[in-house]
Amino acid sequence: MAFSFALHEELPTLTKPPVSRIQLVQYAGASGDFNPIHTVDEEAIASGLPGVIAHGMLTMAFVGQLLTDLLGEQGTLRHWQVRFRGMVFPGDEITCGGRVKERAEEGAVTRVVCDVFARTRDERVVIAGEATLMVATQDVS
Amino acid sequence: MTFEDFRRSMGHSSRPVRNEIEKGAIRRFAAAIGDFNPRYHDDSRRSDGRLLAPPTFSRTFEYGSIEGLTFAREGLIHGEQSFTYYEPLYSGMTVFCSTTLRDVYERVGSLGAMIFLVYGQEVRNADGDLLEESTSVIIFRDKEVAL
Repeated sequence: MAFSFALHEELPTLTKPPVSRIQLVQYAGASGDFNPIHTVDEEAIASGLPGVIAHGMLTMAFVGQLLTDLLGEQGTLRHWQVRFRGMVFPGDEITCGGRVKERAEEGAVTRVVCDVFARTRDERVVIAGEATLMVATQDVS
Repeated sequence: MTFEDFRRSMGHSSRPVRNEIEKGAIRRFAAAIGDFNPRYHDDSRRSDGRLLAPPTFSRTFEYGSIEGLTFAREGLIHGEQSFTYYEPLYSGMTVFCSTTLRDVYERVGSLGAMIFLVYGQEVRNADGDLLEESTSVIIFRDKEVAL
């Protein structure tokens, strides 16, 4: 059954496979972000980190997938903003989720505002933010 | 660069850079984030053969550089990010991307003084229509500051 976007309803969570070092290299190449703190331990340590950390934008992309999976063909992502609150390390398993917090019908389209988050398995919140979705009014309940 | 140096660049923009959206780039980016939604991979899904770009794909574009604003990337922290979409991006499109240093402010925290740089990025088509906007808050801490 498709998600109904009811007020205060929790979004179905998305748990990604643990972030791997290969994925960080792959993301560096695909995104063009070659900051070495994401791929070279020595450079990360020289910057005061315990080792390489994931690109914040990689974790944000996981939250993006949560939203686009949720929307499917029912609607579109209009705006989203996040704050990066914690570091993600290789091996971390990230779960993304959220909750509907506002709804406003605008004719054939309903504006749905959700809180969104990404957290590690040990409940560290690494991303917190908000997303505005435009959903066909006939698909919300 | 000092706080005053950054402040001098406030309001300045890069010259728009032309970017062509390639199918291979979309597929590689979607694979890197582990998103195997067919709309990013399978070009037989649409009659025009185009692939949709994932929501954060615009990070892969070149935005040009703001004159006088050059500094090492080491020690930068990505604090916040937002995206606003007006039109979807598909493979085969040519877009023009620029960045503006919108705001610069300083805060003193437990790690010492930190400079916050607020960038706004625009993605436009050849007619100048705005397709997507994003903002990035980058936190710059001086290398001298001990962690």
